Amino acid sequence: MKAIKHTGIVIFLIGLAIFTGTIFTGSFSLTSDELDTFINQKKYKSEIIKDELKKATVTSEDLNIFEFSSRVRAAYKASNDHYDAQIAKYNLEKNWDKKGEQYQYKIYGKPHTVSFELAKIAGKGYIKDNAGLVWWLTFGLGIIGALLFILPNYKLLGNAGIKNNGIYLESSTNRGFFAWLVLIYLVSFYLVLYFMPDYVVNWTFIFDPISKSLNGGPASQWFVYGFLYCTLMLVMATRMYIKYRHNKYQILRTTSVLFFQIVFAFLIPEIMTSLNMPGYDFKNAFPLDYDFFFEWNLDSLKESGAIGLFILVWGIILTLVIVPVMVYFFGKRWYCSWVCGCGGLAETLGDPYRQHSNKSMKAWKLERWIIHFVLLFSLAMTAVTLYCYFTGTQSFLGINSQWIKDTYSFLIGAWFAGVIGTGFYPIFGNRVWCRFGCPLAAYLGLVQRFKSRFRITTNGGQCISCGNCSTYCEQGIDVRAYAQKGENIVRSSCVGCGICSAVCPRGVLKLENGPEEGRINPTDVLLGNDVDLMKLVNDK
Amino acid sequence: MEHIVIIGNGISGVTAARHIRKNSDKQITIVSAETDYFFSRTALMYVYMGHMKFEHTQPYESWFWKKNKIELKKGFVKTVDSKNKTLHFANGDTLQYDKLIIATGSKPNKFGWPGQELNGVMGMYHKQDLDNLEKYAPDNKACKRAVIVGGGLIGIELVEMLHSRNIPVTFLVREQSFWNGVLPKGESEMINREIKKNHIDLRLGVNLKEIKSDKNGNVKSIVIAETGEEIECNVVGLTAGVSPNVDFLKNSDLEIGSGVKVNRFLETNLKDIYAIGDCAEQHEAIGSRRSIEAVWYTGRMMGETLAQTICGNRIEYKPGHWFNSAKFIDIEYQTYGWVWAHTKENEARFYWEHKDGNKCIHLNYDKNTREFIGINNFGIRMRHDFFDRVLNEKRSVDYVLEHLADANFDPEFYTLHEAEIAAKFNKENNTNIQLKKKSWARIFSRA
Repeated sequence: MKAIKHTGIVIFLIGLAIFTGTIFTGSFSLTSDELDTFINQKKYKSEIIKDELKKATVTSEDLNIFEFSSRVRAAYKASNDHYDAQIAKYNLEKNWDKKGEQYQYKIYGKPHTVSFELAKIAGKGYIKDNAGLVWWLTFGLGIIGALLFILPNYKLLGNAGIKNNGIYLESSTNRGFFAWLVLIYLVSFYLVLYFMPDYVVNWTFIFDPISKSLNGGPASQWFVYGFLYCTLMLVMATRMYIKYRHNKYQILRTTSVLFFQIVFAFLIPEIMTSLNMPGYDFKNAFPLDYDFFFEWNLDSLKESGAIGLFILVWGIILTLVIVPVMVYFFGKRWYCSWVCGCGGLAETLGDPYRQHSNKSMKAWKLERWIIHFVLLFSLAMTAVTLYCYFTGTQSFLGINSQWIKDTYSFLIGAWFAGVIGTGFYPIFGNRVWCRFGCPLAAYLGLVQRFKSRFRITTNGGQCISCGNCSTYCEQGIDVRAYAQKGENIVRSSCVGCGICSAVCPRGVLKLENGPEEGRINPTDVLLGNDVDLMKLVNDK
Repeated sequence: MEHIVIIGNGISGVTAARHIRKNSDKQITIVSAETDYFFSRTALMYVYMGHMKFEHTQPYESWFWKKNKIELKKGFVKTVDSKNKTLHFANGDTLQYDKLIIATGSKPNKFGWPGQELNGVMGMYHKQDLDNLEKYAPDNKACKRAVIVGGGLIGIELVEMLHSRNIPVTFLVREQSFWNGVLPKGESEMINREIKKNHIDLRLGVNLKEIKSDKNGNVKSIVIAETGEEIECNVVGLTAGVSPNVDFLKNSDLEIGSGVKVNRFLETNLKDIYAIGDCAEQHEAIGSRRSIEAVWYTGRMMGETLAQTICGNRIEYKPGHWFNSAKFIDIEYQTYGWVWAHTKENEARFYWEHKDGNKCIHLNYDKNTREFIGINNFGIRMRHDFFDRVLNEKRSVDYVLEHLADANFDPEFYTLHEAEIAAKFNKENNTNIQLKKKSWARIFSRA
């Protein structure tokens, strides 16, 4: 069994190495025709970019993606620098007409994105020609290796039950060397994905055939990410199924997040795209879906006829009605640990790291400041955006609409949710984003705290203060602090994953939905001591 | 300002300190020789098993003590001078008190077995035992086999701990079936099966004769008294129960039996000295309880009660209905009220076991009045509140069965066995109990 496990990890690492290695392969060059078509499509008016790009990319040289990218970005910069100089010149001459003319020649958009689009056309090589085989050598080996590593747990972990044996004795789950390696890999992955997509254009070639069959078009980096996301969740869900095979709540919850990720977040949007509809994730509620009210999305929905209108209405009802009503009846868990994609990844890929959340009082204070700030930030951004959208102005209350959207997308959308949120799993736990950053979680949390039937009931005086519940709370709630006093746990951040209840050795905790009255029970319960409480109170 | 000194930073002493602080601004000092901060003794096993780090067993962050003005002093109390209200420490320090609370807990029993002081022989009670185990049994290369002596709760915990590191374990149990002085036959046999299912070499009805040494003073093997069989091993766990940790008081004026003798108010024979927790011994046992109760929960209750007395609201220690819990490897156990190992004259029993052999409930009730006396539940969680109320209201066994859905505390979506349980009861007793649907109104109604 151990041998199978070891073989599995080796196969997995080979797959991962090939996957990572593909980045460095292939050659990138364009023909004049390809470049012209691209420039016409893009409607670039700049003459300089044409020449510069031609010099840079129409070549018989064997360029790898990094050389190609840097040449494209240099061309882009040369063109923009030229017109910026012109603008500065006419500005000095106070030649306003000429100055105004120059702006149409400027190229907008991120350099790495332009480079990605070109590279998508320019790429040649083994991967593009053998996408199927390379899929098997990367994803195939990765999946097989990971399953070989995970499946023997069925025997190795022993009989069904809580088997957290050795978690704090192993480097990978105890913030050791391997954990840091994983962190570095994940962080690099997200940085490249968000900010340098052209570097991983080879990955998209692996997925072109699959993407074409699903939505009719070639694969973008987001298609790769979506597919990878679903694959990781699926593979790591088998780990959950084995680890918690005695616990039906965990089995059902894992199945639910898998279903919503694969069907709602991945398949439905892809199929919608193939039908010329806007691809929409029907479960992704604003403000987690922070660009729902961005101009481009509203315009795209407006242009999409009935389905666009339906999505618009659905999106608003989801946030304003469905989400809070469901939280009232079931707590925020219905979303955060049964439906949400971020939660889904955290509960599968992130489960081995759940113990790393910080349980200190300081962290709790920090959490409340940051998460509510992000909620306000997202609402302010949306208010500015909508105001500008309907009035046609550039800014509202002195806040530039584009600036606040870009800032939010960069800081919260990319850095917080991606790079930190997932990249830091191995060291800071699997719910950093959900706990500190997610504006939707903040909103759900307010409802859960003040108007909900959900609570974690503490079973009278049975707590022995062992600390398993607190240790394994991914949201950093000091569950024990409540349980040992006989108090129910009603906390805005609780995502209802149910692990505290699962790991409790004494049957003390139960997630329940019940009447609001008595939800927060009196704190002066004397734990099993037969003291006449009323008499005690009167004597004081 | 009155100075309250508490010897012992376990659950009893710390609970007392917390509640005294809640109700007063008295000066409080907690003395401990074991660790700097309070930790959950019951959680030590999880540190060795790698579920937690030692710091996770500490329920309060270190700022808690300062913020609540509870002073912590590390030191070993050698003698108590009750005339001058002074503690004398092993290192020569002294400490004055106005009121003294003795909460020193237990120490593991050793019955004078030959070889019981060898390297690699240990209990599983103190933080130091954990360190010792880590030293002598870090893995199955350093420790080829461990032998655990004593079939109680700590014994099976130690078995589970070693098993988690794949160390082969032999488990010597004096009784004919595991913990059968406390558990009835069905439950006890279920745990025997659970132990064997985990490939533990369980030896029932045997005693330890001696522990043999190698030439370096390390454990080499043990010998079983009954059969003379010698079993090679590197670690021996002695877990034959605990007794009050009161040796340091033997020369004081305190009345000592097995533990520190206390009355119902947890007062000793000396004014301003109290004893709580494992080390306290009631002059007369309360109800069906033992006069010394070495249980987490009772320690906590005594701490709460005594805090009231210390703060001027003198009240009697009246533990409510008995409850307890444990976990036997993968099988959780809870009990509410009394289910004795052997049925008493006025009692009738009902036992249901799930076909997988890992779950059961055992009901005890008065055969004449049908009043519910207690329940053992294994592999099924039950609501403390429900049974506390049933016992308060002196409900019948029939009531309990009808309301099993209210009583159940298993996580959501778990398969419920209530119908099967009621059907079995009806069949055996010729009754016609109909299950009631779960009712939140009943569950949350405050009696």
